[in-house]
Amino acid sequence: MPQEPTERRVVVTGPPRRTRRASGYSRPRTEIDEQTTLGHTYVRSLMRTQLRAALTVFAVLVLLVGPLPLVFAATPDSRRLEWLVLGFCLYAPLVLLALWYVRRAERNERDFVRLVEDR
Amino acid sequence: MNSSYAVPAVALVVVATVLVGAFGLRISRTTSDFYVASRTVGPRLNAAAISGEYLSAASFLGIAGLVLVQGPDMLWYPVGYTAGYLVLLLFVAAPLRRSGAYTLPDFAEARLASHGVRRLAGAFVVGVGWLYLLPQLQGAGLTLTVLTGAPDSLGGLIVAVVVVATVAAGGMRSITFVQAFQYWLKLTALLVPALFLILAWQSDGAPRHAFEEPAAFREQRVVRVDDTLDLKLDRPLTVTVNGTVDGRRHRAERLQLPTGTHHIGAGTRLTFAKGATVPVADRGTNGGMSTSLAASREERPLYATYGLILATFLGTMGLPHVVVRFYTSPHGVAARRTTVAVLGLIGAFYLLPPVYGALGRLYTPELTITGDADAAVLLLPDRMIGGVGGDLLGALVAGGAFAAFLSTASGLTMAVAGVLTQDVLPSRGVRHFRLGTVLAMVVPLVASVLVGGLPVADAVGLAFAVSASSFCPLLVLGIWWTRLTPPGAAAGMLVGGGSAFVAVAATMAGFPGTGPLHALLAWPALWSVPLGFLTMVLVSLATPGRVPTGTAAILARFHLPEELRAEVKA
Repeated sequence: MPQEPTERRVVVTGPPRRTRRASGYSRPRTEIDEQTTLGHTYVRSLMRTQLRAALTVFAVLVLLVGPLPLVFAATPDSRRLEWLVLGFCLYAPLVLLALWYVRRAERNERDFVRLVEDR
Repeated sequence: MNSSYAVPAVALVVVATVLVGAFGLRISRTTSDFYVASRTVGPRLNAAAISGEYLSAASFLGIAGLVLVQGPDMLWYPVGYTAGYLVLLLFVAAPLRRSGAYTLPDFAEARLASHGVRRLAGAFVVGVGWLYLLPQLQGAGLTLTVLTGAPDSLGGLIVAVVVVATVAAGGMRSITFVQAFQYWLKLTALLVPALFLILAWQSDGAPRHAFEEPAAFREQRVVRVDDTLDLKLDRPLTVTVNGTVDGRRHRAERLQLPTGTHHIGAGTRLTFAKGATVPVADRGTNGGMSTSLAASREERPLYATYGLILATFLGTMGLPHVVVRFYTSPHGVAARRTTVAVLGLIGAFYLLPPVYGALGRLYTPELTITGDADAAVLLLPDRMIGGVGGDLLGALVAGGAFAAFLSTASGLTMAVAGVLTQDVLPSRGVRHFRLGTVLAMVVPLVASVLVGGLPVADAVGLAFAVSASSFCPLLVLGIWWTRLTPPGAAAGMLVGGGSAFVAVAATMAGFPGTGPLHALLAWPALWSVPLGFLTMVLVSLATPGRVPTGTAAILARFHLPEELRAEVKA
């Protein structure tokens, strides 16, 4: 046995790799579950990203709709344009904004789950 | 208008509503089924139900009437109703569903752990709900009167009875089916006649002056004035009068009326020549949904337009019958997708009322004088197509209008009854829910008989303004702001919603007649919404010790995706 040092069995101490990975796997989640300060920080970060997404889309909505009454008031001859825009042209952009927001919000949530579950 | 087709159409809608409701009754067994359809309603069915519930009498008849009387500025109403859903989606939809509460008061209690705030929210839900029920009942009365000449209150009574029967019998589950069915009914009832009307318009040479100001008569037209009214003339008008004008009797005399206001006696017949400008009746003299606060719009149209935009954009999220539907989604992601589908459905629907409004300006301009502008949608098929085809299309529209009253009224009754059952009546059983349903409907029914001629658009506008200045701050701050306290929430709701309520009530009572103060009071949203937010924030900051202890955990529940939350609970 001593002649073949390469074949010697060596006992390695320390926590096994599998267990360490498992603890890393659930750590942020445990923080959230146990409502520690760190867990709250995770939740707050999710809230911030979601609020940012909502405010971005809201800002686009305000920029899209906000100036319209001013435009119509400034150009009293544009009755036909007013009919066209208010009657038929605003609904499609509203739906598109909604789709954009939902995609962003769901992506934020997926990213958050991935972060928390450490995948 | 020929009522031989319209009455069976209305009867058919009523019977179909009861039948679909009964179908829901067979599968509605538990208390949870009753209130939230056991939270198993998928996005598609739920979206159709939400849209069906949302498209009320004001949408079906009122918008076309408003556009007919006041021109394209009024198209901000449907735009606002739709954009309100977008704002709801952005800030409220998913967290509201994840909050796991049944009603708005439940949300207030869950978030703030305060029974007082719950009571206050409940009072506002009942108030806003009753305000919104009133125009539905009055609209039903108007429709039936136009169709058959029946007394004003009969239509409201029919709607009240049918709604109480379906809601009390089947609760939320049956209402879901009823409303999904009624969305498609309403869409068909406007779409099919609209296609025929556009064809008729095309074969008429596609006249385009609908978009010009002001509206003019296309042919000689006799107008009978049923109720005494004041005509405001911007320019001299030549008209043949048979009756009383300015206190003097005329017999088929041709008169040159000078610029100014003229008093037309009841029963007078006015014959307008081809090409004559359509005069506008003075405010307050022509009842119905389209009256609105026309006078104040002329004084400060820009301020009024922005007030309208703010009220509708932010008020939608607080309407009790809208909010309660979100609890029926299975989870937060579904709630979001449902809202997108709703946006598509109501957006598609709102393409149609402007068509009726424009055609109404061409073919039924005299409605602006007689004050039945809301009837434009009902009368156009007969006027433009005529014959049996016109009657059949008119019957379809009438049926759709009744579907509109029924669906919105049932949603509102559901929400109000839920609050009454949980917070006012002693126990929470299904029997008490039925008692709550009756209570929820009786009060507005009595009020609609008592106040009679209250302009309907005002009541709807009031409901939106109150909701935007009370529930919108509560929901938005409650979902996104950690430092909200119960005293802050209560103060904000009282100051914001209360002041909006007082302002519009004062306007309706006729206080102060004109001037900038009048405009401020008639369109309160522009100042009452910031006031509500500001009060809520400042009082909350002043009472930092009252932040509920579980706030962090509750906000985590609002915002965490369900797949993580299942673990939190376990």
